[in-house]
Amino acid sequence: MSLLWSRRILAGAVTLVAAAALTACGSKTSDESGAAGVTADVSGDTVKVGLLNSLSGTMAISEVTVRDSIMLAVEEINAAGGVLGKKIQPVGEDGASDWPTFAEKAEKLISEDRVAAVFGCWTSASRKAVKPVFEKNKALLFYPVQYEGLEQSPYIFYTGATTNQQIVPGLDYLKAEGAKSVYLVGSDYVFPRTANKIIKAYAAANGMTVLGEDYAPLGSTEFGTIVNKVKSSGADAVFNTLNGDSNVAFFKEYKSAGLTAAAMPVVSVSIAEEEVKGIGTQYLEGQLTAWNYYQTTPGAANTKFVAAYKAKYGADKPTSDPMEAAYVSVYLWKAMVEKAGAFDVEKVRTASDGITFDAPEGLVTVDGKTQHIAKTARIGKVGADGLITEVWNSGKPVAPDPYLKTYPWASGLS
Amino acid sequence: MTVLFGQLFTGISIGAVLLLIALGLALTFGQMNVINMAHGEFIMAGAYTTYVLQQSITGAGLSLVVALPVAFVVAGTMGVLLEVLLIRRLYARPLDTLLVTWGVSLMLQQLARDVFGSPNVQTRAPDLLTGNVALPGGLTIANNRLFILALALAAVAALTLALRLTPLGRRIRAVVQNRDLAAVSGIPTARVDRTTFFLGSGLAGLAGVALTLLGPIGPTMGTNLIIDAFLVVVVGGIGQLKGSVIVAFALGVLQATGEYLTTLSVAKVIVFVAIVAFLQWRPQGLFTLRTRSLA
Repeated sequence: MSLLWSRRILAGAVTLVAAAALTACGSKTSDESGAAGVTADVSGDTVKVGLLNSLSGTMAISEVTVRDSIMLAVEEINAAGGVLGKKIQPVGEDGASDWPTFAEKAEKLISEDRVAAVFGCWTSASRKAVKPVFEKNKALLFYPVQYEGLEQSPYIFYTGATTNQQIVPGLDYLKAEGAKSVYLVGSDYVFPRTANKIIKAYAAANGMTVLGEDYAPLGSTEFGTIVNKVKSSGADAVFNTLNGDSNVAFFKEYKSAGLTAAAMPVVSVSIAEEEVKGIGTQYLEGQLTAWNYYQTTPGAANTKFVAAYKAKYGADKPTSDPMEAAYVSVYLWKAMVEKAGAFDVEKVRTASDGITFDAPEGLVTVDGKTQHIAKTARIGKVGADGLITEVWNSGKPVAPDPYLKTYPWASGLS
Repeated sequence: MTVLFGQLFTGISIGAVLLLIALGLALTFGQMNVINMAHGEFIMAGAYTTYVLQQSITGAGLSLVVALPVAFVVAGTMGVLLEVLLIRRLYARPLDTLLVTWGVSLMLQQLARDVFGSPNVQTRAPDLLTGNVALPGGLTIANNRLFILALALAAVAALTLALRLTPLGRRIRAVVQNRDLAAVSGIPTARVDRTTFFLGSGLAGLAGVALTLLGPIGPTMGTNLIIDAFLVVVVGGIGQLKGSVIVAFALGVLQATGEYLTTLSVAKVIVFVAIVAFLQWRPQGLFTLRTRSLA
């Protein structure tokens, strides 16, 4: 009968699925025709901008909120008369949590839609995938998420934190709190691996011991072993660079193993208010986060931002750091264009230095040399209501230093 | 030592998860020989059932208890629909069955995306299941994993007893061993097929409920599980439940050991290499069904 026959078919099917996945990974946009750079189409009374976020897949939990806040900024700017007299016309694409898809969609936004700038990307893997596309076409990307630093592309503006504005303050805080040893847990891709390299260099110079380092494949939901290792290490704290839904499984396992925020706090750099809601305060109360903005950050600009966001998307929707950075990035682009008096990419870049904006997180200033922005570092604690309250801040905006040149312990890194 | 026992339990609990997701497949693929690529989506249906129930039943514990039978029926019904509408017409055409059910799986994923949205959703676990049992020596065993282990073992026991002792079980085994002879003996094979499919798919729904205790619920969760489930059944030997049980726990412990000694990604590779090597040695799987038929 067909016992072996169906087995053979099954084997074939599995090979097919695997092959399809491999091809998807290998496919790259090989179109070199745009090497001279594509100019944005600004002939009409509107100017197109691209919105590139994952609306599906494992990263959607985070990236959908970024898309929402970019749309909010676009609407506010349009209501106030637009940019240089032109209304912004957003063109949205779904990166689908798949890095080659990001590159493809970026190419489409630049070459077909001829947008003036693109706002989006979350994971460093997606940013690395689109970077050559933007550099080849000499087009602009505004990247709104904290990342691992050690990068400076002339065609990317980094409006999230670099390491010295987030990870280093996070470590400084742990050190001040008396943590002598840490355990590193992260997703297996570029951001956590680079971040952990930096953390290890910091630890070596500051008398901290790194007791272990573990990576889970992106999207992984089996954390039994990692939590077991963390627990038996007896570390003073855990530094968590997991991304996306893996955090749900990790914190469920963490609590199940009897580990608590009081005994072994976890500092997370990818968990903001939206993720807290998704994971559940049941699992996160008391845990620490390192960011530059919280919904609870005081100031008139933030009160206005939070109110506008809730009015548009619902009273139960929290605001978070990457959302704020994405919102701010649209306003920064507007200020650059207005200072330059044109949408031309090179003119916008030249005009960028020194542009300031009274952001919800406080005053931010664009550093034209690194194309990063100076921002205040804030450590927060997750409360029972799901909001994060600040327990420490840097007092003033920290100048961006993506290559950590001003930190002697980081000399061997880049 | 504590770590060692901790890891052993982690391995057993990974095995329990594997067993739960593979058990239904052991029935539909193992017994009926139907390659159902949509099996993972039945697991997803079970998980979303838990989520939906939790929207209306506020008590996390009660909603979980209610979810178990409801998810079984929901996923089972989906299975019967699939069997009646499509698979029944394709029994002699395994390749077409595979393609058709793969298509169904993609459609169900999109349906979940349209109904529940792309971002994954979460359920609240009852307080009882977020704690742990502390054993002497600092060893703790997570309650949710104990629950899953118990659920998996209970499902295996119930299924084994049903197959051995009930008239329905005898009919299922008769059809598996020799369909033609069973048919001439007066067994309504079509109805037996439908019931088998209901049970197998229902078990997938049960697995879905259990998985909500460990991780998020999303439209693609089934895809991530289906390969593991097929591996367990193929390595265990088609047509045999005990093979699937042993292999699920063996793979779980191997995975946990690999994870502990190397990394999560490398552990996965180790498991795959071990499976390939094993199937080279025993292509028919751990156990084979001996029948008098010559097929």
